[in-house]
Amino acid sequence: MATSVRARNGGPPSPDAPPSRSPRPGSARSGGPSARRSRLYRWDLKATPYAFVAPFFLTFAAFGLFPLLYTGWLSLNRVELGGEPEWKGLANYTDLADSEFFWNALLNTFTIGVISTVPQLLMALGLAHLLNYKLRGRGFFRVAVLAPYATSIAAATLVFAQLFNTDYGLINSALGVVGFDPVDWESSTWPAQIAISVIVTWRWTGYNALIYLAAMQAVPNDLYEAAALDGASRWRQFLSVTIPSIRPTILFTVIVSTIGATQLFGEPMLYGGSVGISGGSGNQFQTLSLLMYEKGWVTGALGQASAIAWVMLLLLLLIGGIQALVARTDRKKLGG
Amino acid sequence: MRTRFRQKAGRQHHAGPLTYVLLGLAALASLFPLYWNLVAASHTGERVVTAPAPLLPGPRLFDNLTFAWNQVDMGEALVNTTVVASLVALSTVLFSTLAGFAFARLPFKGRNVLLTLVVATMTIPPQLSVIPLYRIITDLGWVDQLQSVVLPSLVAAFGVFFMRQFLIEALPVELVEAARMDGAHSLRIVWHVVFPVARPAMAVLGMLVFVQAWNDFFWPFIALTPDGNPTLQVALAGLGAGNHSVDQAVVLTGALISTVPLLLVFAVLGKHIVGGITAGAVKS
Repeated sequence: MATSVRARNGGPPSPDAPPSRSPRPGSARSGGPSARRSRLYRWDLKATPYAFVAPFFLTFAAFGLFPLLYTGWLSLNRVELGGEPEWKGLANYTDLADSEFFWNALLNTFTIGVISTVPQLLMALGLAHLLNYKLRGRGFFRVAVLAPYATSIAAATLVFAQLFNTDYGLINSALGVVGFDPVDWESSTWPAQIAISVIVTWRWTGYNALIYLAAMQAVPNDLYEAAALDGASRWRQFLSVTIPSIRPTILFTVIVSTIGATQLFGEPMLYGGSVGISGGSGNQFQTLSLLMYEKGWVTGALGQASAIAWVMLLLLLLIGGIQALVARTDRKKLGG
Repeated sequence: MRTRFRQKAGRQHHAGPLTYVLLGLAALASLFPLYWNLVAASHTGERVVTAPAPLLPGPRLFDNLTFAWNQVDMGEALVNTTVVASLVALSTVLFSTLAGFAFARLPFKGRNVLLTLVVATMTIPPQLSVIPLYRIITDLGWVDQLQSVVLPSLVAAFGVFFMRQFLIEALPVELVEAARMDGAHSLRIVWHVVFPVARPAMAVLGMLVFVQAWNDFFWPFIALTPDGNPTLQVALAGLGAGNHSVDQAVVLTGALISTVPLLLVFAVLGKHIVGGITAGAVKS
């Protein structure tokens, strides 16, 4: 049985060379059960890959693509919660452009994104560099810096909201010990945004550090030896060997963090407590996602909420385009 | 042993004292909020909001746990979350392994285009689908039903990509070919060749997806309500938001209940999870 299949199939399939299409000696003419087997076999080869990838694409079509397009259509309508859509054209978008809440949320998303992503990735780089030394207890250090990743947005935010409390929080107490006045971490714009960024940074720095560490360990040792022979200090080696070698990984984390920052929702909402949905008493940390939630589920204007969702997608496409451009000029500069 | 390691890995200088100091600070910064969560959960609500906030554990942990468990039904939320996270993890691992195998080792028309599409879907924010999804689950009467959280997460692009990367490295083409020559059809190959080879990656992916599903917030917060059939995160949001007179010690006890199971998983399987994160990242 095994031999007959082998004879029929000529060469085994491999991803680079699809199953041979060359005439197979004596295959088609022989009738009977082995012919049926061979038909089944070819059908199996052809259809199975599609069956295996189908669950992903079906799930995506139902819960990703269709809603995406439907949101786009809704954004061109006036829709109340539970009501029927009514065509409005681009009015939802022009309303957004006229709304100071929208521009405020856009700016907040941007500033919180920058002050959480940039320090986070820089600290992760430094941490990865430290973890890359020969260490005692490195298993402990790795798991310890990853522990925040296991904490949920809700739990982390509720804990930090207490630590940052203006009246009794430990952070202001500690600042007091060193001689600083208490900071209003709730209603002042910058302190509140910094506090939210600290939560984001706390949860993700260790995770990114481990990603960098993995990339650093794949850097060939000869590069460092050559650099050392040229008299490069360890710091110089870090800048001139490590960073360029893990550039693709850095780009990857920048993209992932940017996507995450654009969607920021749970941290500002829960940090704000009873005024969380509007992003603080003066909307000082209302992000695009929060504004979308408020429009959709508090005001009930689903059409406007859909328009905000689509603006987010366009924003991500824009950022993605810029990053692709940067990556390309980067490669050119390196002569690659 | 040492020389072998040196050849394989990147630079392996011995760490100086400064490295230990800095890493110690990083570990402290990572762990302190978790420790303080425990402290806050062991005091009365009044004590937690009195300046300066407590630094050492108090006597009320058991009372707070009992209260959170009975009065705010963190127990039910814990069961819901376990069910949701387990189902999502199981189905994501199964479907991602099948799709990852197809993308790694099965030739088919459109493979590269489809794989690019899989990766591209990772950038679409969930915000773009929640409004139609909410209308759908409202029409179906699924608000507060756990399936409205499970179904959209049955499989994830990240999982498909992760398994493909792993299988390209770990599953030699020859192994699949040999099985084919022996007359095995695809499902047999999956069962007897792919699953055994992929098991370590499946375990890691399962843990990562479990953590993610356990902590997921945005969509569950919309689809489930704190009073209906909440997951832990939704129940916690219900505890923490709302009015100011809420007992912060109970809120933080809830936070503790939602965190401790995962921290235990991390304590036991931490090394493997670390390995999994790094394995998934190298080839990006």
